[in-house]
Amino acid sequence: MLDAIKKLIWPIAALVFLLVINAISNPALFSLKIVDGQLTGSLVDILDRAAPVLLISLGMTLVIATAGIDLSVGSVMSISGAVAAVLLIQTDWALPYVLIVSLLICTMAGIWNGILIAYIGIQPIVATLILMVAGRGIAQLVSDGQIITIPEGSTFAFIGSGCFLGLPVTITISVIAIITTITIVRYTSLGLFIEAIGGNEKASYYSGLNVRTIRIFVYTFTAFCAGIAGIIYAADITAADSNNAGLYLELDAILAVVIGGTSLMGGRFNIVGTIIGVLIIQTLNTTILMTQVGGHNIPAEWNLIIKSIVVLIVCLLQSNILAHLKFSRRAIA
Amino acid sequence: MHGIVKTFPGVRALDTVQFKLRHGEVHSLMGENGAGKSTLIKVLTGVYRHEEGTILLNGKPISPRTPLEAQEQGISTVYQEVNLFPELSVAENIFIGREPKKFGLINWRKIIKKAREAMLRINIDIDVTLPARSYSVAIQQMITIARSIDFDAKILVLDEPTSSLDTAEVSQLFNVIRCLRDQGFGIVFVSHFLDQVYEISDRISVLRNGQFIGEYPISELPRMKLISKMIGKDALNTSDLTQHHKSRKNISNNQKIVLNGEHIGRRNSATDIDINIRKGEVVGLAGLLGSGRTEVANLLFGIDSIETGKITVNDKEVKSHSPRSAIKNKIAYTPENRKDAGIIPDLSIRENIILALQAHKGWIQPIRRNEQQRLSKHFIKALNIATTDAEKPISQLSGGNQQKVILARWLAIQPELLMLDEPTRGIDIGAKAEIEKLIADLCQKGMALLFISSELEEIVRDSHRVIVLKDRKKVGEISGDEIQLDRIMKIIASDSKKPVKKLINA
Amino acid sequence: MIIALKPKPQHLPLIATISVLLILYVTASMRYYGFASWYQTTSLLTDSAPLGLAAIGMTFVILSGGIDLSVGAVIALSSILLAQCMAGAEQGGFNFPSYVAIPIVLLVGIIFGGSMGILIRLFQLPPFLVTLAGMFLARGVALNLTASKRLAIVNEPTFDPLVNFLFFGLNLPAIIFIVILVIAIVISSYTRFGRVVYAIGGNERSALLAGLPVGSTTVKIYALSGLCASIGGILYAIGSQSGDASVGYLLELDAIAAVVIGGTLLSGGVGYVFGTLLGVIILGIITIIPTYEGDLNSWWTRIAIGGLLFFFIAAQRVLNSLCIKNTSS
Repeated sequence: MLDAIKKLIWPIAALVFLLVINAISNPALFSLKIVDGQLTGSLVDILDRAAPVLLISLGMTLVIATAGIDLSVGSVMSISGAVAAVLLIQTDWALPYVLIVSLLICTMAGIWNGILIAYIGIQPIVATLILMVAGRGIAQLVSDGQIITIPEGSTFAFIGSGCFLGLPVTITISVIAIITTITIVRYTSLGLFIEAIGGNEKASYYSGLNVRTIRIFVYTFTAFCAGIAGIIYAADITAADSNNAGLYLELDAILAVVIGGTSLMGGRFNIVGTIIGVLIIQTLNTTILMTQVGGHNIPAEWNLIIKSIVVLIVCLLQSNILAHLKFSRRAIA
Repeated sequence: MHGIVKTFPGVRALDTVQFKLRHGEVHSLMGENGAGKSTLIKVLTGVYRHEEGTILLNGKPISPRTPLEAQEQGISTVYQEVNLFPELSVAENIFIGREPKKFGLINWRKIIKKAREAMLRINIDIDVTLPARSYSVAIQQMITIARSIDFDAKILVLDEPTSSLDTAEVSQLFNVIRCLRDQGFGIVFVSHFLDQVYEISDRISVLRNGQFIGEYPISELPRMKLISKMIGKDALNTSDLTQHHKSRKNISNNQKIVLNGEHIGRRNSATDIDINIRKGEVVGLAGLLGSGRTEVANLLFGIDSIETGKITVNDKEVKSHSPRSAIKNKIAYTPENRKDAGIIPDLSIRENIILALQAHKGWIQPIRRNEQQRLSKHFIKALNIATTDAEKPISQLSGGNQQKVILARWLAIQPELLMLDEPTRGIDIGAKAEIEKLIADLCQKGMALLFISSELEEIVRDSHRVIVLKDRKKVGEISGDEIQLDRIMKIIASDSKKPVKKLINA
Repeated sequence: MIIALKPKPQHLPLIATISVLLILYVTASMRYYGFASWYQTTSLLTDSAPLGLAAIGMTFVILSGGIDLSVGAVIALSSILLAQCMAGAEQGGFNFPSYVAIPIVLLVGIIFGGSMGILIRLFQLPPFLVTLAGMFLARGVALNLTASKRLAIVNEPTFDPLVNFLFFGLNLPAIIFIVILVIAIVISSYTRFGRVVYAIGGNERSALLAGLPVGSTTVKIYALSGLCASIGGILYAIGSQSGDASVGYLLELDAIAAVVIGGTLLSGGVGYVFGTLLGVIILGIITIIPTYEGDLNSWWTRIAIGGLLFFFIAAQRVLNSLCIKNTSS
């Protein structure tokens, strides 16, 4: 446990730093109130809004751990939202069926990615690019190019804005997803296999691992997570917006994974780190929204600039570490 | 040209080595792994810099700092793997980086004309506008040569140029080499194919453990003498060395055959190999570097699937070839290249040990944590792995200890056949001895072992039966008291065109 | 003599691209009245110019084995920066004439791209991440540059001639697109820089061993991509008489798609700038077909682009494995 914290010292420090800044500049962030039996406040809000990125990042962590990448998650989100909304409005199916069908379709998208990568041997970045480009078109095809609005107050909308045990339902879903993911990777040997493949694919193959199946699994899992994220997003805004659902979210997810200490080169992954990474990104968003400079709000667009700086810093930190590793290896050899 | 004299003391890699190359000769550089051949070549071609000593080119001292500088001074290299741009045209490959220009733009017509001339100089007439990859590896090899000549090279270094060529292509390459030799080039030739060395060379220099052993005209160095100089053992005296190991019992032919391969082969891998391994037996695979030892192991383990012949395990024919199916048949394999195909550097010792067993059990049945710890503790103790903690990343261990962890990974699946490819390479003496002892223990317990090593003494010490490979073919099989260093060396040295049997009996 | 008798396999992707374009164009011309007109052709070129410019730069990047995700954002940044430079003081602008503003914008593009190249080369960072940061940065700066995200450029005596320029029905964006395209083709085939780009993408190790200037070329490639994107931004500004900080979302994807559909291998080393032109035109036609086809919706565009992408990537993959077999036998 101590070891785990040691590895995450920088991300945790960054998160604490962000929160401290907020505590000083904007104490309102920390106020929590109970309104109508529901806990409200900015902190709850951060967790609530973090749900889609979090879900995607969980899958992305596994993909990146196998030294892959999945650019299609944003598009898959828009597909699941569109499918769910259309089924909900245009059929009289019960909600569970609607959800199952939308998630099934997303799962198939993931299998498609996985097959392109594991069997046809296309680089992950290229293979997932195809669905990234086509996915939004498919979503619009499903929704007939419309933004489909879902009646507020429906059970579906409850997923996005409802409240469970005094907290937003999205937080409950996030917690379930985290627990499920950790169970899958740490209480079966999948986590070990994923890390082995990312660490040394050849050695893993020689040791009898079924490399292809595991690759397909991680992409399928990611697409499934993206499907849930898409449903949450659609339920939250009570509409399926194929153009904007999950736009550039793949980049946020990749960023969260990398901040959380999982290397883009694959190998060891860190789910807790990813969660902290997501929280940093979301806190950053909220901070920028709420911080006032000289009586004015900072424009939301600053978000992008700050994010770009974060990406660069993380990159350089990782590259220094890499350069150091290379150097020491050379010194040994 | 006076030749190059280079001393290079201090570092173990090259210890006051000298090398003399004359105009118009093909000079082979021979030595086993780690002898310093490639270091010497890299010094000559400017990849490494030497700390002491001098290189003289036509009497003038030179000291190339980069391959480019070496090239400008007239020393060109053709490496084992072809360094071409496969998608670019042949002509462009020859001229890239120094294209003739007209009005500031590249003059393609001139490039094509000059490229054709360059290829014709080595008697190759091909369409130089096609991409390089549309030609065979041999032609690609020659394109690199043509590129070197065009640099007005005086010296041409060919580092293992034939390893991916077939017989016809080799003779084609040799024609080119002879053609260049007659034009006055000094050619350094490095190859592990003995027959080829004897076919093409005028002179041989031998290196061993970074030391210069000697320079001999080809006529004064028969094969046996060359091999004993390369491995550093005088053939006549080696028999005493191994005498005290002769107490080992012969494996009776009644023992069950664990694995049997008949006429197995694959293009660019190995041809027509017969091999069987019995329970409780150590079969050694001997041969020089590149003789096909690893290739045979890869075929048996299913990394490469066989194209001819058949493999049976415990009398059942193996249909689908993959490491997974081999492991299912209780076959284990520690590959030659530990870093590339053995260790998973980030993972802990414990995880590296249980990986194959876990893969065998499947993902849904994880081995319980305390069982994992018990296993790793057991193997750390049994194999004497020097570590304080099973949770350390394997990358922090020394080479010998990494090798033991890989062994543990395979012993954990309790294999019936264990194939070890160069298990003792690059590890210290103590660990070597431990691994050899382990091999003896395991076969005592009834395991079948296939043992590959380039150190023939190890093979002689540890094997019940030795299969000798050469040029990717099986050239002999000896067992019992016949297993002696000079016998193996004789088989390797024999000209493959003559029948092998006679030489053994001679 | 061992000589492969196959017809030049490196031209197969290009042939496939030309076939797709011909089929598309002929079908569209027969189906839609007025499609095969000079007017339609010029407007196709004008509309495609910003994407075309970005795709030309992207071709060099991809040929070298890299990727540049920042082009869409750089187009937006360039257009809004140009507008900002020329706008009057009352809009927070600098009131520069166009012949000052345009070089400034181009310089910013070059420096922006070049810096990314330096980061990629010097620290051995993955191009994907560096240009991703570049995308965030350029978009963020563009959105923050002015209070309004869109800035019209009106009544500029030094700018209006550019807007109104016409030559045989071709306006300035179309002409510049064609001119830059020709220059890019010459650079890629007839200069050492161009050939080194191919060499790096083909085999970086070999390029280093052959003593080619890998480092400086990498920086130049990204600088070139930045320059092309900033020209694209200027062309957008000329075409729409405005700067827009939110133009070019997902344009980087279209640029990559155009390059791949044009027959360039995403792994680098193989392809032609001319192919990229074809790819851009194919995308352009696919994009305008829905305006002709009343009941066909625009989302088919994205699906069609995705389908074409898949087709070309899969075909390249097959071609590649065929060629490997070819060399090994």
